[in-house]
Amino acid sequence: MRRFLRLLAISMAAALFAGTAPAETMKMAVTTSFENSGLGKVLLPEVKKDLGLDVKLLVVGTGAALRLGANGDVDAVLVHAKGAELKFMKQGHGLHRRLIMYNDFVLIGPSEDPVGIKKARTAAEALKMIAAAKFPFVSRGDDSGTNKKELALWKEAGFDKADLRGSWYRAAGAGMGATLNVAAGMNAYTMSDRATWLKFGNKRDLALLFAGDPKLFNQYTFIPVNPKTHPGVRTDLALKLEDWLTSPKAAKLINGYRIKGEKLFTFNAKPAPE
Amino acid sequence: MDSISQGLFQAFRLVLTLDPDLYRIMALSLRVTLTAVVIAAAIGLPLGAWLAVNRFRYRRLTIAVLNAFMGLPPVVVGLFIYMLLSRSGPLGVLGLLFTPTAMIIAQAILITPLIASIAHQAIRDLWAEYHDLLISLNATRVQRIKALLWDGRRALLTATLAGFGRAIGEVGAIMIVGGNIEYSTRVMTTAIALETSKGNLAFALGLGIVLIGLAVLVNLGIHWLGRTERASNW
Repeated sequence: MRRFLRLLAISMAAALFAGTAPAETMKMAVTTSFENSGLGKVLLPEVKKDLGLDVKLLVVGTGAALRLGANGDVDAVLVHAKGAELKFMKQGHGLHRRLIMYNDFVLIGPSEDPVGIKKARTAAEALKMIAAAKFPFVSRGDDSGTNKKELALWKEAGFDKADLRGSWYRAAGAGMGATLNVAAGMNAYTMSDRATWLKFGNKRDLALLFAGDPKLFNQYTFIPVNPKTHPGVRTDLALKLEDWLTSPKAAKLINGYRIKGEKLFTFNAKPAPE
Repeated sequence: MDSISQGLFQAFRLVLTLDPDLYRIMALSLRVTLTAVVIAAAIGLPLGAWLAVNRFRYRRLTIAVLNAFMGLPPVVVGLFIYMLLSRSGPLGVLGLLFTPTAMIIAQAILITPLIASIAHQAIRDLWAEYHDLLISLNATRVQRIKALLWDGRRALLTATLAGFGRAIGEVGAIMIVGGNIEYSTRVMTTAIALETSKGNLAFALGLGIVLIGLAVLVNLGIHWLGRTERASNW
């Protein structure tokens, strides 16, 4: 009996090492805000059903996603930082940019709003109020699309990156969720995409305080990696996925996606690539 | 306190509901780490023994470097392997990036110095004891190493389990080279990091408790298979 059990344990261990057969798969680097929104869980099973395509997601910040694309380690990227995307295109890493959808950023802070940004007219004005009060503000600080957007807003408010230092401005150097964890712990202000905020499970005393400035508009763009500069990539699959993502079916799923009754994304793909 | 008890509750719920996603990532965690441990032990144990019985010029330096490498930062190892395996890197054509194989390579590199160092310490003490006997028997170098490895097997098991412990809880390297891809390269530690980033702290803690339980089970299993830590076999 003892010997039998031992044999069983060994054969179970061997079973663990057995691999599984691969299907048609591609890799796409997406931003944390896309993944955290939960939209991927709605779209990808449909992609699999319609195209028989398994899309493996690498969830990173926009900076890192473009880095993976530039190294040819993924077949496509879905990101949201226009300046960085244009640079990526200029360096020859992307085939073309294709707008897919947009959502928006929101300013989060302590629910009693000690600085009073609820009364601000623009996002830049809200940031100015936080800086004037030197109230703690947590930044992503990770070169992501959200981080780039935040820095652009600070610039508009009159603060260069070099001015953003001191004990009140904290660069977390982390993803959106981790940054919200830091903000919740410090009861500080921060900027988040709406989707991650709605899904976030550790809000504590934080609340959504400011939204609606058109400057907070957040465009998601799909870029297949250029096969001329990166011969290994599966451009065929990336283009199939692009066709699907810009189809009426995708439009319906994206526009219809709701978290707690709130609409998150607006589909705005045009019939042809930019 | 409330979220900690919620974490415990989540751990029980996960195990009892036989959640298939959970068992998939547990199996991958075990597969990656156990394979890495087997590879690292196959290199590290003989290397440790070889260092103990041989005298050569830069021995002291080699051992010092090996000891220092016990503390290799996982993130740096991950970054290094990423650069090697990236399509724009020297080994890019192999297409190993973001696969379990890449994760195994990273973990094997991380724990080989640890296993070799501990093995070296143990074998060195044993060698001091056996030196005269093995020399007088005129044993060859390979025979000496074999005898020392066999008689030091308890200590070497400890070295191997230390390697297992470091690898199973490691997140920095496998996050970079594996990519934490769902259904493909997601393991227990990267899943915990992901859930923490979503703010699902209780669920993340539940996964952590399951991971610790898994490590305890593996250690018990190895002692059972090796018939160690028993009354007659101390």
